[in-house]
Amino acid sequence: MIATRPVLEVNDLVVEYGSVRAVDRVSLAVAPGEFLAIVGESGCGKSTLLFAIARLLSPPARIVSGDVHFQGKDMVTLDEDELRHVRWRHYSVVMQSAMNALNPVLTIGAQLRDAIKAHEDMRDSKIRARSEEVMRLVGIDPVHLKSFPHQLSGGMRQRSMIAMALVFTPELVIMDEPTSALDVVAQRSLMLQIKELQKKIGFAAIFVTHDMSLVSHFSDRLAVMYAGQVMEIGPTNKVFSDPKHPYSSGLLGSFPSIRGPRQALAGIPGSPPDLAHPPPGCRFHPRCPQVMPHCKTIEPPFYQREDVDIRCHLYADNR
Amino acid sequence: MAVRVVTDVAPIESPPISSRAGVLAGLAAALLQNKKALAGLVMLAFFALVALLAPVIAPYDPHSLQFDPILRPSPAHLLGTTSFGQDIFSQLVWSTRQSLLLAIIAGLMATLISLAIGVSAAYLGGVADHVLNLFTDVFLVIPTLPLMIIVAAYAKSGGVAVLIAVIVITGWSYGARQLRSQALSLRNREFLEAARVRGERSLYIIVFEVLPNMTSLIVAIFLGAALYSVLAAAGLQFIGLGDPNDLSWGTMLYWAQANGALLAGSPIWVLAPGICIALLGAAFALLNYAFDEISNPALRPVKKTK
Amino acid sequence: MQITAELKADTAEPIIRAVGLSRHFQLGGPLVRRTLHAVDDFDLTIGANEIVALVGESGSGKSTVARLLARVYRPTSGQILYHGRPLAQMRSRRQRLDYAARVPMVFQDPYGSLSPVYRVSHGIMRALKLHRPELSHAQRDQEAARILRSVGLSPPLEFLNKFPYELSGGQRQRIGFAQALACRPELILADEPVSMLDVSVRIGVLNLMADLRRNEGISFLYITHDIASARYVADRLVVMYAGRIAEAGPAEDVLANPKHPYTQLLLSAVPDPRAPISLPATSDVAEPPRVINPTEGCRFRWRCPYAIERCSVETPLLRPLRPAHEAACHVAT
Repeated sequence: MIATRPVLEVNDLVVEYGSVRAVDRVSLAVAPGEFLAIVGESGCGKSTLLFAIARLLSPPARIVSGDVHFQGKDMVTLDEDELRHVRWRHYSVVMQSAMNALNPVLTIGAQLRDAIKAHEDMRDSKIRARSEEVMRLVGIDPVHLKSFPHQLSGGMRQRSMIAMALVFTPELVIMDEPTSALDVVAQRSLMLQIKELQKKIGFAAIFVTHDMSLVSHFSDRLAVMYAGQVMEIGPTNKVFSDPKHPYSSGLLGSFPSIRGPRQALAGIPGSPPDLAHPPPGCRFHPRCPQVMPHCKTIEPPFYQREDVDIRCHLYADNR
Repeated sequence: MAVRVVTDVAPIESPPISSRAGVLAGLAAALLQNKKALAGLVMLAFFALVALLAPVIAPYDPHSLQFDPILRPSPAHLLGTTSFGQDIFSQLVWSTRQSLLLAIIAGLMATLISLAIGVSAAYLGGVADHVLNLFTDVFLVIPTLPLMIIVAAYAKSGGVAVLIAVIVITGWSYGARQLRSQALSLRNREFLEAARVRGERSLYIIVFEVLPNMTSLIVAIFLGAALYSVLAAAGLQFIGLGDPNDLSWGTMLYWAQANGALLAGSPIWVLAPGICIALLGAAFALLNYAFDEISNPALRPVKKTK
Repeated sequence: MQITAELKADTAEPIIRAVGLSRHFQLGGPLVRRTLHAVDDFDLTIGANEIVALVGESGSGKSTVARLLARVYRPTSGQILYHGRPLAQMRSRRQRLDYAARVPMVFQDPYGSLSPVYRVSHGIMRALKLHRPELSHAQRDQEAARILRSVGLSPPLEFLNKFPYELSGGQRQRIGFAQALACRPELILADEPVSMLDVSVRIGVLNLMADLRRNEGISFLYITHDIASARYVADRLVVMYAGRIAEAGPAEDVLANPKHPYTQLLLSAVPDPRAPISLPATSDVAEPPRVINPTEGCRFRWRCPYAIERCSVETPLLRPLRPAHEAACHVAT
């Protein structure tokens, strides 16, 4: 098997807000063209992780230790000039709410132009051509380049954001809950579109969401985060068909199904911990149905089962 | 559709309020931790103390004309004497009372009027809202100086009442707009809807549900109005609108100017009350900023990380 | 439970019966005739001890229905019968308070539904004071404790003394339910009570609703955009689209045999991790419309794969297609 260099490699990343550790020693890697989903509830650090990777953190948040290598380059030490060179051309970001990210007083075309000009000196005719091309790519009639954001539907706004992110055909697209402001039908439609674009252009994608079921059919690999740490990471189908970490299985069991027999679900009792004072040992132990005595004192390392890494003592090698 | 999932954990960046304390106690704690607030509070406390203890602190009767005029500062007369032979230091100390009282009373009255008009406009809506807004705008736009001159021409006996009236009339409209805006934005908050659905009466809702959520803004407006009052009172007294026989920093300035203090060689007569006015104003301004910062975390100074 | 005789006109009647309910909003100034039809021709019956789910996307009118039933809005036409008695006739303060006690509402936003300046006991105590004035101070305290226990917040005294910012979202929603329970309700209008909560917390609150129905006999109108959670708790399902009812029937039957094309579209779009993608993904890009100055005809016709000419001309009315199961569609069989 030819070992391809991962597009993105995160090693032991630690991000803090003052004294609160929002991301605690997270490591992951994304291969070229791979779709990695990061799933977790609010407060788990997934958005902070994303911002850290994209170098979009603002004070008081800061990267304390660890590194982020994008295409072999160390991202954490790059200065603003070098960053600008890499940003948008090689990786881009799609934010959660288009209404917040799009400028309400500029047309879509003007914003695309701004994005292009900020990163490359292009002739106006080329900019126009590229803008039309990228709008068609996401399924929007180029006539909407003249539209203002409020004139488009929610789904179309999100697609415009994606068009902007793809304008330089980057190798990596980072997406922070791009579908959560849409209704179910538009969500489905957008996910299919993203998958299609990925096949066409070949970018790798990191997709952050709180909705596990949304990514079940679209991602290659899945990472489950809780309280700033990765709890389980592996191929999507394996994590879904057989979630090993008690949190992953609890989370999966929190989605009522519309098919199959109606059954009572338990969810997960309690609530996520205060990151200023995380529980000792395994962070999930206060809520874990399978807690063991040493879970309360010893923080579990990652154990491997087939291709899946699980941060849980239940899978210690001598069991 | 906004399926905005809220944090199921207390927010990381919430200010350090002790968990058992009420919101007011929390506010007090936040104030004490804010440098601007502390500075403002210290200055205000200082002036309040001076006002209270005036009889004790002032060495002489401020009105007494027994001393030699225009004396230089000396141990006997810390700030020298006026053209009439009065001790400037004693005058300054006693004047603190009226200046402070004017600021607080005029500030309070202006705030109350802003509150009544602003919140009514927000809640009555419709035609009443339009009328009240028009009313507010008219007062916002009235030029204060010509108004003061006109009033001065008509008010035969001046005095504190006229001063307060002029300050309040010119000062209430600014706050009314802000209070109306906040009341409007609160109107659609779900806990108010919950109160309505529960069956509460409108008056109850306004007094017990809306106003408590506006305390931060109300205090900030009061502080702004107090600041305005300090400066407006001084200005009005300086041009002779108040009773010249009153003891306040503004009237000191009036007499100093009338007697050409700067030319006559006693600049202290002008500087001393001027500095006090500035300091009292600064105290209110600092507290005002501090309140803004506390209620809007986005305004807080960002600590520089290395 | 003290229900005055004049209020309970007919106990054999269902708790709520909405007949031909509609609510329109005038947009723009007096010169422009633009009417937003938020709800049109809405019929609903809710009886004792049942959970009815009202499912729809944003703009479908479901929240407006809740507010009509909570008497926040007055209907533009149609009527709401409470135990057979028209709400429009219940105008005195006493009658309004009684209705507010029997049919309270729980809101969507756990952050916004509690006043930040008071402890969480405030809303519960106010509700008790307003609706159960016969209780003494000590009895009120006892009742508040009992209610908190029944919504799963124990120890009650510790929770009652907290401020909203000290509680998690799930706990705040439980306080919202506690406020509704303080009035001894018959029917709770729950407007998207779990949409803003974390996924793992939602089930707990949904289970709470089911428990309250089972243990205290309270009915629920559960309003949501998530059809899967609707199926989880509801006996009956009502699907709304663009202000009108598209389909209504027993939850299991509507899911197993969806008759209206919109229901079918909705079901095909819902992600279900446990099932592979079996239904073909539609390339539907459109979204539910805002219904302003509507014409006759089905409001779904522009997105409907089965639309015929009749759909553009005649507004379909609800008609029975299976036992207790109706759909408003000319084409459905």
